[in-house]
Amino acid sequence: MGLLTELRDSISRAAATLFSEQDPKRIGIYGPPNAGKTTLANRIARDWTGDAVGPESHIPHETRRARRKENVEIERDGGTVEIDIVDTPGVTTKVDYTEFLEHDMEKDDAVRRSREATEGVAEAMHWLREDVDGVIYVLDSTEDPFTQVNTMLIGIIESQDLPVLILANKIDLEDSSIQRIRNAYPQHETIPLSALEGDNMDEVYDKIAEYFG
Amino acid sequence: MPEVKSPDDDGVQIDMISAERMEGLTSMEKIRIILDGVRDGNIVILEEGLTPDEESRLIEVTMTEISPDEFNGIEIESYPQSGDDEGGFLGRLMGKESTPKKLTVIGPANQIETLHKDETLISALVSRN
Ligand SMILES: Nc1nc2c(ncn2[C@@H]2O[C@H](COP(=O)(O)OP(=O)(O)OP(=O)(O)O)[C@@H](O)[C@H]2O)c(=O)[nH]1
Ligand SMILES: [Mg+2]
Repeated sequence: MGLLTELRDSISRAAATLFSEQDPKRIGIYGPPNAGKTTLANRIARDWTGDAVGPESHIPHETRRARRKENVEIERDGGTVEIDIVDTPGVTTKVDYTEFLEHDMEKDDAVRRSREATEGVAEAMHWLREDVDGVIYVLDSTEDPFTQVNTMLIGIIESQDLPVLILANKIDLEDSSIQRIRNAYPQHETIPLSALEGDNMDEVYDKIAEYFG
Repeated sequence: MPEVKSPDDDGVQIDMISAERMEGLTSMEKIRIILDGVRDGNIVILEEGLTPDEESRLIEVTMTEISPDEFNGIEIESYPQSGDDEGGFLGRLMGKESTPKKLTVIGPANQIETLHKDETLISALVSRN
């Protein structure tokens, strides 16, 4: 009996270390539409794996399906941190297809885009409750960070005790304000960057390793 | 809310739901009450807001119900959690799920527009349609 329990224990211990080594942490990239989540995911993927995750666009809801890039190995200080990155659709509480018409889209396409967007956001919320081990929250630093969606999402992430890194993106733009984001979410560390230009990516990778390694 | 006579003029109905009424309901029952009200064009005010988990499910269910030319989703506003210094302490004291719940306003996205929001004031414009 004792032997069996011991055996079972050591097997489960071995399994635990095995899985913790084999299963990289799954890091969800969340944030409002158009913040630059895919641009960041692509940059991380290109820097460490050589290929991209998905298309980027100035039209909101470009990403309408969560996309995973597995086994991204980030090298820091001689060691490597292995993560899966999940690029998610921008979260919102409303989708109005008529807004897509302003981007020169036909009604059929706009309706389809909005339907896909709503499915994608629902899926992203589900992932957040069930399937991610950490969150990179991307904000466009030229926009007001103090929105209900941002506050709710950060509250949801906090309530699940997930490690979260807030990224203040688009610092290459003139209207960018990092301080505004720091003031809105003082309980978290905010890292400035330009995912498009690649500015300050070293610090971003340092922090990814620190938070999710 | 069933006990209210249906407004046949084109006014805006406001449902103020007490904490007592929500108490004991499951998350899905609360979400149903909110979305049924909002989909009827009403503004729903909750004396006590939702938990983060309920908010997450509310977003998810809202998304599945959006339908072109019929329902565009919701606008939701509540006071922000106060900075972590005091809020965190209080939160820790009261345990995770019972973080301070705050007055929350929810309405149809095409009828309610937030004009201003800060720690102590939310100002919104409600239109008939
Ligand atoms: N100037 C500037 N533009 C950026 C930066 N990062 C992203 N963008 C632009 O912002 C727009 C949106 O970028 P995406 O990466 O598609 O944004 P997203 O968050 O994935 O958007 P959704 O998938 O629609 O939620 C694109 O036009 C990008 O080129 C940045 O650091 N600086
Ligand atoms: Mg995207």
